[in-house]
Amino acid sequence: MTLTCLRALLSHWRRNPVQLFAFLAGLALATALWSGVQAINAEARASYDTAASTLGEGQYDLLLPRQGDRIAQEVYLALRRSGWLVSPVIDGQLGDVRLVGIDPVTSPGGIAGSMSNEGQPALVFGQANRLIANAQTAGRLGDLAQVTINADIAPGVAIGDIGVVQNLLGRDDLTRLMVLPDQPGLQPDLGEVAPQLRLQLSDQMADVAQLTDSFHLNLTAFGLLSFAVGLFIVHSTIGLAFEQRRGMIRTLRSLGVPLRRIVVLITIEMLTLALIGAGLGIVLGYLIAALLLPDVAATLRGLYGAQISGTLELRPVWWASGLVLALLGTAAALSSRIWQIARMPLLASVRPRAWVMATSSRFRLQTIAALALLGMAGVLALVGEGLVVGFALLGCLLIGAALTLPAVAERVLTFFQDRSTTPRWSWFWADTRQQLPGLSLAMMALLLAVSANIGVSTMVSSFRLTFVGFLDQRLAPELFIQVENAEESARLEAYLLQSTTDLLPLLSTQTEIAGQPARLFGARVGPTYRENWVFLDAVPMAWDVVEGGRGAVVNEQLARRADLLIGDNIQITSDLTLPIAAVVGDYGNPQGQVILSEALFGNLHPDLYPTRFGVRTEDPAQLRQDIVAALGIPDSAITNQAAIKALSLEIFERTFTVTSALNVLTLGVAGFAILMSLLTLADLRLPQLAPVWALGLTRRSLGKLELLRAVIFAALVFVCAIPLGLALAWVLLTIVNVEAFGWQLPMFLFPAEYIQLGLYALLAAFLAASWPALRLMRTPPSALLKVFANER
Amino acid sequence: MVLEFEAVQKSFRDSEGDVPVLRGISFGLAEGETLALTGESGSGKSTILHIASGLEAPDSGAVRVSGKDMTDLDDSGRAALRRSEIALVFQQFNLIPSLTVAANISFQAALAGRVDEAHIQQLVGALGLADQMKKYPEALSGGQQQRVAIARALAARPKLLLADEPTGNLDEGTAEDVLDEMLKLVAQTGAALMMVTHSPKIAARMDRQLTLKNGLLA
Repeated sequence: MTLTCLRALLSHWRRNPVQLFAFLAGLALATALWSGVQAINAEARASYDTAASTLGEGQYDLLLPRQGDRIAQEVYLALRRSGWLVSPVIDGQLGDVRLVGIDPVTSPGGIAGSMSNEGQPALVFGQANRLIANAQTAGRLGDLAQVTINADIAPGVAIGDIGVVQNLLGRDDLTRLMVLPDQPGLQPDLGEVAPQLRLQLSDQMADVAQLTDSFHLNLTAFGLLSFAVGLFIVHSTIGLAFEQRRGMIRTLRSLGVPLRRIVVLITIEMLTLALIGAGLGIVLGYLIAALLLPDVAATLRGLYGAQISGTLELRPVWWASGLVLALLGTAAALSSRIWQIARMPLLASVRPRAWVMATSSRFRLQTIAALALLGMAGVLALVGEGLVVGFALLGCLLIGAALTLPAVAERVLTFFQDRSTTPRWSWFWADTRQQLPGLSLAMMALLLAVSANIGVSTMVSSFRLTFVGFLDQRLAPELFIQVENAEESARLEAYLLQSTTDLLPLLSTQTEIAGQPARLFGARVGPTYRENWVFLDAVPMAWDVVEGGRGAVVNEQLARRADLLIGDNIQITSDLTLPIAAVVGDYGNPQGQVILSEALFGNLHPDLYPTRFGVRTEDPAQLRQDIVAALGIPDSAITNQAAIKALSLEIFERTFTVTSALNVLTLGVAGFAILMSLLTLADLRLPQLAPVWALGLTRRSLGKLELLRAVIFAALVFVCAIPLGLALAWVLLTIVNVEAFGWQLPMFLFPAEYIQLGLYALLAAFLAASWPALRLMRTPPSALLKVFANER
Repeated sequence: MVLEFEAVQKSFRDSEGDVPVLRGISFGLAEGETLALTGESGSGKSTILHIASGLEAPDSGAVRVSGKDMTDLDDSGRAALRRSEIALVFQQFNLIPSLTVAANISFQAALAGRVDEAHIQQLVGALGLADQMKKYPEALSGGQQQRVAIARALAARPKLLLADEPTGNLDEGTAEDVLDEMLKLVAQTGAALMMVTHSPKIAARMDRQLTLKNGLLA
């Protein structure tokens, strides 16, 4: 009995391959986007973990230079002699590989231990010119060194003996010193032995995994949105399959198949199909992730300095989550239908209903749920804080608005129907209303996709506009010059003072302010700062206050993290407290910054010298040549403004490549949802269209009206998507971004972009409706006549 | 007796309260006997058919099929009885649209686990369906679809055939032909037939007639 029954159930899909395709493709697309994003996140997180374990990053306190990024070997030796248990590390870039040299004798056990692999002694890399790296990195190193492959080494990193790495980098100094956990306790103060170093405690270090959390959460949210859009297709297809099989299920029961058996078989059938769809989706997700991974890697490198592997592994965490989510989504869509089967009056008419007409009570319930969700969104917007609340707000807003859509569309269509004067248009609007229940899921999917597009493109474009303005402010100097040492710094300054209009030496050091790690800058306040920098908030004549040493400028990140406002006092050192004179927008880094006058900075840190200079000049090319010729500073130490701007913009664009790609994919999935809904509804439409055809409308006219109907639905969705998308942008800019990045962006509107998107949505609907419309135009009259045949 | 009804009562609930449909019906149907159930619309004819098939349970009274009391059985038990002893023919044919004619005909026999190819071929030949076996139901006329439904019902060799207006959807000529074939095959297989009909002409062709009025046998 089971096999016979199962064969009957499966025969439905054989006779309705488009429906089967819609179900599998919907689920595959939903799973693909979700698991693709999860695959990227899993790969990145695995890379962070590998980096932390192989390099000991974030595990040990460090000694770092107070200025620059190098420590002389003698300083290390002096510390060891005085009793400090420290281990030297050199860190540098060789091409696109990060070389890390450690001393296996003094390095903490965990790090050296991780070097050994399958019986190879830990000190194997002590051999001449020997490095350890994973296979991918080894390939990039080529013949530069002998490489022992070890899959546990972080991607993009090669580790070796300190001497080997110093050799390869052409250096004889160190980058940092790791402070071993068990110090003798009798060693002298750091200031006495090595005043040029500072101690950075491990818990003060920004953990890459933490820094990038917001980025990954953004991706996850997008994956979830795409998944939701895909599930609309699944829900719609399952609904239709059940609707079309009502008769079959009644027949099976009347022929003696117990209800429980039917329910079990349908559940097995649907979950098996879901497994197939999800499996296809995981394969597709892998391809999407592999395609997007290089851009994500570039983004993470550019924004956070995080290295992630360029190759994707099949990690259970992402494919299993995709599978589970797909099965849960299918089960959710299935449960309501199973409930219907169990309650279905067995003896009522077995004629299949053309489509479930939405009852007023169903609309009412849906609208009440929608209003409740929108109300909750309002409350969250007023009182909520934090990233999770931000995303919860987005969820309530999007789902609430989607649930409202059918009721809004019903009102609009009734409005037009009441005002139509000809029978044809009267029928058209009435018939369009009748299609609402069948198409509402696809419309909701389109609404989600279009509003997400409007919201995200508003955010990205606002960000781009602000970022470009920010670059213009910050990169006003035509040239930037990096120096190596104090002597070079002094010579350069003396030389430039004779030939430039405005010289901007930049002093800086790492410190802690208001309980937050921050970079302290000393700036020579002049016309460039006064004319170009735009503050978010400031006291009157803020630059005068800073120049006079009576105040400091802080960046927005620090102000938000430490809850600082204009006029609040911040403690710069133990004996210097200054009021905040201005808060400045800073969209280029995740770190807190404080800017003092050059003079005040010099008083606090007399031993520090400017390592970077901004130069205003009429003729940057000539000045560049002159500096190289007169001072022997290498050309590579000089960067022109345009190059930095181009690089910054490139990083920016790549940052949002992934978002844009997901945006386009989501819109594509929504277009597919419309196509599948229209195709699966097409057969059910015949009994509705045949009478109108018989009354005098040609098949061609009916086909054109079907196209028009799809475009009208898309237009309606687009009009609703604009306010929703803008609300989405507002939430992203004022809540999510602030939490994720630490700064708030002004919101700009981009009507031209919205119109373009609207045209895409209309085009997607037109294309989706074309196939069913063409099929209708070519329907043979005999098929339409069958509708009227008595024995049908 | 293949079918026995004993003081069967059934009510339905509507907005105004309980509406009695059957008010203590008792009758029996012997092996090979044909019975017409007639009466006005709403008199309870179809309810008797549904209770007899176990699709619906009576409020009180006893219903026995081949000596087994339906009221003692749960949904699975009634379904098993339906598979093995009973077959139904509906006005709307109720074929499975995604299965071919051949698969539809052997369907109930396969559910009951007793497919007899020779018997099926005999039914197919007798009902003139030999050329239609590979087609799907949608390609058949109403008369042909009802013949398929009859073949499906009889292929399972039921002891009791229940038919609800089986010719109600067919034109007069076709209805006549289908009924002739059905009665002939029922006689050959020895099944008992209870048929709900509005047509006095069709009722007259049965061995016995029962007329329902206001939930009681007239």
